[in-house]
Amino acid sequence: MNNLKKQDLKILCVCGVIFAIFQVLLYFEFIDPYWEANIILILINIILSVSLNLINGYTGQFSIGHAGFMAVGAYVGAIMTVKLELPFVVSLLAGTVSAGFLGFLIGIPTLRLNGDYLAIATLGLGEIIRICILNIEYVGGASGFMGIPRITNFPWAFWIAIFIIFFIKNFKNSSAGRACLAIRENEIAAETMGIDTTKYKILAFTIGAGFAGTAGCLFSHYYYIAHPASFTFMRSFDILTMVVLGGLGSMSGAITGAIVLTGISAVLADYPEWRMVIYSVTLIVLMLNRPQGIFGSKELSRKMFKFGKLGGKIHGGTAES
Amino acid sequence: MAELLKVDNVSMIFGGLRAVSNFSMHIDQGELIGLIGPNGAGKTTAFNMLTGVYNPSEGEITFDGKRINGKKPYQVTAIGIARTFQNIRLFSELSVLDNVKIAFNMHVKYTLVEAELRIGRYYNEEKEITEKAIELLKIFKLDGLKDEEAKNLPYGEQRRLEIARALATGPKLLLLDEPAAGMNPQETHELMEMIRWIRKEFNLTILLIEHDMSLVMGVCERIYVLEYGCCIANGTPDQIKHNKRVIEAYLGEEVS
Repeated sequence: MNNLKKQDLKILCVCGVIFAIFQVLLYFEFIDPYWEANIILILINIILSVSLNLINGYTGQFSIGHAGFMAVGAYVGAIMTVKLELPFVVSLLAGTVSAGFLGFLIGIPTLRLNGDYLAIATLGLGEIIRICILNIEYVGGASGFMGIPRITNFPWAFWIAIFIIFFIKNFKNSSAGRACLAIRENEIAAETMGIDTTKYKILAFTIGAGFAGTAGCLFSHYYYIAHPASFTFMRSFDILTMVVLGGLGSMSGAITGAIVLTGISAVLADYPEWRMVIYSVTLIVLMLNRPQGIFGSKELSRKMFKFGKLGGKIHGGTAES
Repeated sequence: MAELLKVDNVSMIFGGLRAVSNFSMHIDQGELIGLIGPNGAGKTTAFNMLTGVYNPSEGEITFDGKRINGKKPYQVTAIGIARTFQNIRLFSELSVLDNVKIAFNMHVKYTLVEAELRIGRYYNEEKEITEKAIELLKIFKLDGLKDEEAKNLPYGEQRRLEIARALATGPKLLLLDEPAAGMNPQETHELMEMIRWIRKEFNLTILLIEHDMSLVMGVCERIYVLEYGCCIANGTPDQIKHNKRVIEAYLGEEVS
């Protein structure tokens, strides 16, 4: 068990080094503002995909309403900062807790459903949240919530992402995490092994929704505005695509998926007419050759490098022995 | 001996079908009981009622002085009934070790906060659970395969793993649903020895469903026979072997 502690420290050190490198590059402006914005977007997407992976990948509950929870976090955070003039930390916490609470409330009835039915229900709920926001004048209605200060910067986004990655990694390695994995593998068997399946499904859903709220709060405090159009079901699909591309049930996969897909979008921003074509061809090629995703359900580990299966360095790669 | 399980006039009705009808049974502490019957007789339905998967339409089940009707499967497991499945239900993509560790979940005392912050009881309890799980795997000669994914195990070993996993929940009563299905005579014989041995070692009461008569007659002390949801006989293996109703149920009536 001491090995685990050492490993955590090692990963944290690697994260620190990556952080320092990027911070220096940003400080001396080796990275232009366009890429800085994209790096922050990547980090926000990492938070989204990792938290969706907790629900879809680990617990096996197919949810596609993540943009809805993100919207809640974005708006609640914005209200805290702009209307109540509270510090950013409070906004972040409020965004996280409110999205998590909503996830909890929504989870109780919907998590009785399975498979496709749950997917449709969560998809609908995500849209309901968006439409509700669209009609609340207090937060700007259809024109969006304007005048949010830009507080999110690279250090904020980076360390929050790392925190959430560690949170979910520790969750997975606890008894609660194992219970979630058991539910994914076989719900009936899990229940006969003494696992209260409803409780753990709701727990995972609440945590996942909460972190989507965190990401939403970071998002609205970076783009000056929270607009209902940013939180349509297309965003939910984007997040889902990242998780599936990386490999459902793999944290390293979710992180890689977020980096690759956000990266592709950013690189192709100059060729808007080709962007969706290349984006979808990438996905088709990957699905044909590796239907289980880049990582499958495996995690990035040293073993993998020994066999030379995969390369590429990843932010806070969660090596697990 | 003290009575452990009492099934009192229980019926399970699915629409117009009485899958189990007025079934009564009692099991004392430490007994090894068999439940047999032709296909579709309602044996697995009876198991499902005992483990809370189904809530009986009529009647009452008491275990260890507590009423089981209406309890959820995880609550039934918590009061001491564990089971295996006819069609193996392992956590197939997880490692053999994790399969057993999951069954220890009920006994974990550390909270989620402790697990997240990696403080307090987390490390000690995780270590303890891992050690206990490995010990259990050793008993079933599976410790060499602990990092293997459960789905990659041969059939016989999957069955053994399922029993190991059921034992990890710390049951008083173990329900085995066709443990010898798909095994050759040699394996069945080994299984028989193992069932006897775990009963002694873990101080268990065992109820098993089985079609393999050599196994049932070999290990069980008493046998209940079901046909079309009704209990047609119960008694010692010798009594059952010579019971006319049972022979009819399996082989049909004699032509006079």
